[in-house]
Amino acid sequence: MSSFWSIWVSVLTLGTLVGCFLLLRMCLKNFAGVEEGESMGHTFDGIEELNNPLPKWWSTFFLITIIWGFGYLLLYPGLGNWEGLLGWKSSNQGILNIEESKAKTAEYLKEGSNVLVEYDREVRRADEKYGPIFEAYAARDIKELAADEEALKVGQRLFLQNCSQCHGSDARGTTGFPDLADKDWLYGGSPEAIKQSIMDGRKANGMMAWESALGGEAGVKEVAAYVLSLSGREVDADVAAKGKAKFAMCSACHGQDGQGSLAMGIPLGAPNLTDNIWLYGGSPRAVEASIKNGRAGVMPAWSNILGEEKIHVISAYVYSLSQD
Amino acid sequence: MSQSNTSAVDYNMNVVRQFTVMTVIWGFVGTLVGVLIAAQLIWPALNFDTPWLTYSRLRPLHTNAVIFAFGTSALFATSYYVVQRTCKTTLFGGKLVPFTFWGWQAVIVLAAITLPLGYTSSKEYAELEWPIDILIAVVWVSYAIVFFGTLVKRKTSHIYVANWFFGGFIVTVAVLHIGNSMVIPVSMMKSYSIYSGAIDAMMQWWYGHNAVGFLLTAGFLGMMYYFVPKQAERPVYSYRLSIVHFWALVSLYIWAGPHHLHYTALPDWAQSVGMVMSIVLFLPSWGGMINGIMTLSGAWHKLRNDPILRFLIVSLSFYGMSTFEGPMMAIKSVNALSHYTDWTVGHVHSGALGWVAMVSIGAMYHLIPILFNQQRMYSIRLINIHFWMHTTGIVLYIVAMWISGVMQGLMWRAVNADGTLTYSFVESLTASYPFYFIRFVGGVLVVGGFVLMIYNMFKTINAEDNSLKKVEAA
Repeated sequence: MSSFWSIWVSVLTLGTLVGCFLLLRMCLKNFAGVEEGESMGHTFDGIEELNNPLPKWWSTFFLITIIWGFGYLLLYPGLGNWEGLLGWKSSNQGILNIEESKAKTAEYLKEGSNVLVEYDREVRRADEKYGPIFEAYAARDIKELAADEEALKVGQRLFLQNCSQCHGSDARGTTGFPDLADKDWLYGGSPEAIKQSIMDGRKANGMMAWESALGGEAGVKEVAAYVLSLSGREVDADVAAKGKAKFAMCSACHGQDGQGSLAMGIPLGAPNLTDNIWLYGGSPRAVEASIKNGRAGVMPAWSNILGEEKIHVISAYVYSLSQD
Repeated sequence: MSQSNTSAVDYNMNVVRQFTVMTVIWGFVGTLVGVLIAAQLIWPALNFDTPWLTYSRLRPLHTNAVIFAFGTSALFATSYYVVQRTCKTTLFGGKLVPFTFWGWQAVIVLAAITLPLGYTSSKEYAELEWPIDILIAVVWVSYAIVFFGTLVKRKTSHIYVANWFFGGFIVTVAVLHIGNSMVIPVSMMKSYSIYSGAIDAMMQWWYGHNAVGFLLTAGFLGMMYYFVPKQAERPVYSYRLSIVHFWALVSLYIWAGPHHLHYTALPDWAQSVGMVMSIVLFLPSWGGMINGIMTLSGAWHKLRNDPILRFLIVSLSFYGMSTFEGPMMAIKSVNALSHYTDWTVGHVHSGALGWVAMVSIGAMYHLIPILFNQQRMYSIRLINIHFWMHTTGIVLYIVAMWISGVMQGLMWRAVNADGTLTYSFVESLTASYPFYFIRFVGGVLVVGGFVLMIYNMFKTINAEDNSLKKVEAA
């Protein structure tokens, strides 16, 4: 802040504390004009006030907190731009991710400055203490980790903290968020594919809205009927037949037989439509809504938040869920 | 309660009667909504899948109802009563006086309609949208004109200490409300704050904490300074203590807001200053408790027979407890454990149910017979039962929230040997359920107490004038 505001803050802060001290000092003396313990001599609706002295323990304790206040503001940042004798800082505003934080910490250390902000210090301490554990895990193969009880516990806890908000505590997913414990994968269920999904995130190419291309409501219903028939659902055969003719437009992503992009070896994220597993709901209405309005799911990238080593362990946990 | 020598002045007691009756009714309504949302935390189905009965809409309705409907009506009633009696003059302002009553009740009704409909500025304790905010400001300025106008034309040489506190509360709440509610309207029921980011957060908690400091503390200290000596029939303990604690309290409280924003994007200097002022505030807060409780010197035996005095004195004990707890929770390292947990909820309710509600209930039981020409309430026994229900309810509430709050704080920070967090959030929630139930039971007791109070009040009002005779203590 500018020096004007710095002075403004300091003067008001110190002024308030000094004011409290002077006020206390004034009231410790008997200025009331009557003996201590006597009535002040005025009554309000029958209420009198006595001129008793301040309780000693109270005024002493008040004085101690005022002195403590000055001491704290000397040691810690509080008075405008005064940084405090201890050089403590809680935050490093403008730092957005782990990479930037690490770079900043390295920069501080190179300068020989020990004034790391509290967040950087905590990250450093955590890295020093826990880093070797995760380094050891990261050096092992994911499939091997998936058979290690201890590693799985660590992975599960990380999953519960970071992934369960969308995928659920049991990883069974919910509408819009894939079930990770079945064998149906949008981007692949190999250890490498899982790890990549977590590291870099996934953004579905986006299922576009098909209503106008399909010639309105009727076309949507026809295609929906055909799509439902792929997984053996009972539908009106005539309607589904009309839908089949239009399905060519869908096959570019979902494949000619509707088995999804992964079956074609392309990680587009277009789901398999034949397995009766539905990311956005399998009721006729939900399927129609998907076709009519399109869908666009996003899995955020976690590499900048958790770092590769922890993601390695989470990948092992997620991989283990679909291995019986 | 000698009132014989004051009957010469023609006081305006009508507005006091109106606010007094509404205080009791709003007390019941506000706590009832509180119990409903406490139940929803245990049985979520109680929102009946209705948008306007969801927790997120009823919670601000609960806080607005208890702070602005119950608490503030109590302050209107008592400040109008006290300022007249201690200044020996009737209220200034003519038609402005009934306007403050009807205007304020309109604000409450508008809140009760708009909040369940989902209209909100999203600022805690300041959720009401801009047209209602303007009405609040107009009513409040009228209130200030009535109150200070009455002080100006007083027939006494000095201004009684209760009126310092009422005056400080009225002026500051006006500044806080207008300052924090500055918005740019985009439609009749939608607006955006003129502040942004960390500044908006700071403005909000400058307002939020001083709603506690001035409305819920200074205002009710004003109430305490009249009704405690009156009910105890004893002189105020120390005039000099009231001077030092009044000026220190009002000058320190205004700084305390940043302690709601520890470890956030708020600059470090503001966090430090907020913490220092909160801690220095501890003793000035206790000054009021000492002055109130010591006023009982030589009259302690009255607590045995007088449940009204018991309400007032126990309220001061809760006041002392929560003004010790508050500065402690403002310390950054304590706050790191307590913030965002139920501990905060427990702290607020030891202040709100313990201090604010008990001192108000005591004051109302003192006032109702006087206002409706009786010598006592219809049933002293019911007051006594109310006292025990309310006290038991608060203790259950606070203790449950302490335990679940500290437990949540500890669970959230528990770390395994590998550096991963031990518990997921939902595990801490599951662990809190038993305490949510205890809190619910406590809330039911508080609401039950208000039911007795309403019954007792209407029995007193409807009794024939002067038919309820004072019973002399044996």
